Amino acid sequence: MTISSSPAELGSNQIYTLRVNGTDREVRDAWVGESLLFVLRERLGLLGSKGACEQGECGSCSVLVDGELLCSCLVLAASATDQEIVTIEGIAPVGAPSDVQQAYVDAGAVQCGFCTPGLIMATHALLERSPDPSELEIREALSGNICRCTGYGRIIDAVQKVSVARRVES
Amino acid sequence: MTAVEPVLGERTLPGRIGDSPTRPDGVAKVQGTFAFSGDVSADGFLWGATLRSPHPSARIRSIDLSAAWRIDGVEAIVTAGDVPGKLTYGLIASDQPVFASDTVRYVGEPVAAVAAIHPEVCRRALAAIVVDYEVLEPLTDPERAIDPSVAPIHPDGNVIRRQRIVCGDPSVQGEIQVEGTYEIGMQDQAFLGLEAALAVPDPGGAGVELHVATQWLHEDRHQIAACLDLADEQVRLVLGGVGGAFGAREDISLQVHTCLLALRTGRPVRMAYSREESFLGHVHRHPARIWMRHHADRDGRLLNIEARFVLDGGAYASTSAAVLVNAVTHTQGPYKCDNAIVDGYAVRTNNLPCGAMRGFGVVQACFAHEGQMDKLARACGLDPVEIRLRNAMQTGDRLITGQVIENVAPVERCILETAALPLPDEPVGGHDGDPMRLPGGAGLTADRQHIRRGIGWGVSIKNLMYSENFDDYSTARCRLADGVVSLKFATAEVGQGFITIAGQIARTVLGVDDVELEPIDTAIGSAGSTSASRQTWMSGGAVDGACRLVRERLFELVAARHGIDALRLAIDGRDVVDTMGELRVAVAEASSGIVIEETFEHHHRPTEHLDELGQGNCHTAFAFVAHRAVVDVDPELGLVKVVQIATAQDVGRALNPLSVIGQIEGGIAQGLGLAVMEEIIQTDGRVRNASFTDYLLPTMLDMPPVLTTLVEEPDPMAPLGAKGVGEPPCISSTPAVVAAIRDAIGRDLDRVPVRPFDIAL
Repeated sequence: MTISSSPAELGSNQIYTLRVNGTDREVRDAWVGESLLFVLRERLGLLGSKGACEQGECGSCSVLVDGELLCSCLVLAASATDQEIVTIEGIAPVGAPSDVQQAYVDAGAVQCGFCTPGLIMATHALLERSPDPSELEIREALSGNICRCTGYGRIIDAVQKVSVARRVES
Repeated sequence: MTAVEPVLGERTLPGRIGDSPTRPDGVAKVQGTFAFSGDVSADGFLWGATLRSPHPSARIRSIDLSAAWRIDGVEAIVTAGDVPGKLTYGLIASDQPVFASDTVRYVGEPVAAVAAIHPEVCRRALAAIVVDYEVLEPLTDPERAIDPSVAPIHPDGNVIRRQRIVCGDPSVQGEIQVEGTYEIGMQDQAFLGLEAALAVPDPGGAGVELHVATQWLHEDRHQIAACLDLADEQVRLVLGGVGGAFGAREDISLQVHTCLLALRTGRPVRMAYSREESFLGHVHRHPARIWMRHHADRDGRLLNIEARFVLDGGAYASTSAAVLVNAVTHTQGPYKCDNAIVDGYAVRTNNLPCGAMRGFGVVQACFAHEGQMDKLARACGLDPVEIRLRNAMQTGDRLITGQVIENVAPVERCILETAALPLPDEPVGGHDGDPMRLPGGAGLTADRQHIRRGIGWGVSIKNLMYSENFDDYSTARCRLADGVVSLKFATAEVGQGFITIAGQIARTVLGVDDVELEPIDTAIGSAGSTSASRQTWMSGGAVDGACRLVRERLFELVAARHGIDALRLAIDGRDVVDTMGELRVAVAEASSGIVIEETFEHHHRPTEHLDELGQGNCHTAFAFVAHRAVVDVDPELGLVKVVQIATAQDVGRALNPLSVIGQIEGGIAQGLGLAVMEEIIQTDGRVRNASFTDYLLPTMLDMPPVLTTLVEEPDPMAPLGAKGVGEPPCISSTPAVVAAIRDAIGRDLDRVPVRPFDIAL
């Protein structure tokens, strides 16, 4: 369920288009002050990105914009036009998790799961640029994602297992 | 780097007790399709938002809503006068107003709420509400709150509870005496999934359905219904996906406001807190000041403990009275002591309200008693391990409340198993010499030659379940049909993994593979709260009981069909078997075409109120744990890098070893946070760091490897032999880290979190 409209009082509401997960999505009647996170969630129905701090501190809202890992809470949606946006929904089809996603489940890296989509995005980004990261490299790369449940041990385990599995496969 | 050697139980088939099957909600959570409470919506909904007091203490002269009403898109504004039922709520004492009417008592206290068509419209409407406050001097010093000459800031008075304990002969003097005053700062639960809810009104306002992230659906419902002047049955609660809890969702926050706005507008209302609002809008861990004097003989054996506790409960009572009982009754820690005199206060101030957080009063007591044990060790010339072993409690020992420990109490084993875990082999900064591994990390400020390493210990005892005559029962229903089990319970799954072990229990008891979980809501009896390390024991016991009742009826059916006594039947793998004959029939076949359904309530044994002298069997059960921390400290800049934590925890029996490890590592991260990072800082009742930028949480770079040994001695008192495991990890990990810092720099540290200037100045 997405919100219908914004009141006239909130100001000019231009139509703009976001390219999300390979599809052009038109955004109408949005207030120009809405963050990318808000528009993804509330206007495009992509609820997988989560908001937990609104300050870019926790990483729960991580998405890829033109291949770069960003906190979508810090980006104005109306400024993200003409860019390729990938959200957690664009990582793998529903019911067919990616290797990273499956590893998180298998390794016990998921508890409440609120931080998980952001961590999955950050992990894919890490392994993309560094297929065989050291433990310290993993810790650095994922230190922008706060998890309050797990203490991170099983998350590191999951990332290492994916890295090993990908090496074995290749 | 984790040494896990759990003894696996009945590991005959996958997904049974002792196995570590994956979470049933795991794939949905990694794919982002799991619906948290902030993801739930409904046609035509409005956004709700709350106006909060900017003052810690003030009288409200007037509230002018006229400018807010003029804003296009505002559909409702409610204040105290719009509350149809009871004007207050609260877990133990109903002392907190739904909305402040004449007085505000803390920064963040709700004054009004609005519903509008867009969050930005809500924000503008809140900004347009004019509240005329007469600002008063706040009462922020808990010691002053005890003083009877200080005017009460609430009709219920400033002392929420005083509890003394007098045990044995408290005049006993030890040849060795050590004394200290310890302070614990205010910690926030800082769950990731902010408070959020959707309320959907019934036609004509006959009732309301609330989708909310909470720890205790039925208690919420009871408090909400009273405030809305509805019967409990007219309020239906559905568990919205919970993004962590850690105690902060045991109290009411946005529940009544959201329902009220929905009933007022006749439309669904979504409310979602910001992070700043979350810091203000839920209860926290009690800041505490604790004085202790320990008396011992020359061999380090405890003879007597004197102690005084002051817990700052903040503006409203919440669970402060129970937190105080936990604190004072855990004064001695996991150590024998025959004599004690303890005085404890939980008081009301104009600081943020405090209530439940993982550890619930025992975190505070443990920081003090473990600091004392280290002082005692030094005074007696003993090793920190030796002093603890000499005093270690055992089953059959008596607490200072007079209560006998009847549970398995492997304190000595926890200490020895922890000591047996290897210390880190890497030098300061690690083998690769990467400066990121040094205190200060990415700041690259540390001079390797000046870094000092230290080792410290913490050991603790924690009560499980509720105390003082509270019957916190749990209810579960089991239905078996065609070899498939469905389970129904109201147990709040907050991330801990109860839904995983519920399935494991059903598979084990009934010999099935397929277990379906029905929605978690108030359409069944209460499960009690997901807190106090109680759900594995209580709801696990309820699921186990319901499944056993179903199994009995299945056996009766099979026995009748085959003309044998049902007592001869047992489950073996996926079959019902005759233990005295040849009969073997698959559960799927035996249950084909029939439906067996049973509901079971699990109650723990009754407990008692403490008397005036703090005597009584007030607690239900106990668990134990030991922690050893290794730290590197930069004494010039006062920075700490925790290098390793080792732990051995008394878990009774690990129903799901991987889940247990998750609880242990996660709890230790919160204990580390309290030790060196986390504190809500208030000045004159005003909060200075209500954001994730300013309230520091452990990241992956702050957490060291954790070495874990699960001490498995199944507890005969527990329904499945399994003790709760959630709280112990965050209790003695904090004093272990602080002891390691003391060891590194050779200085007393009596306050957490330890700040750079505590070390460097």
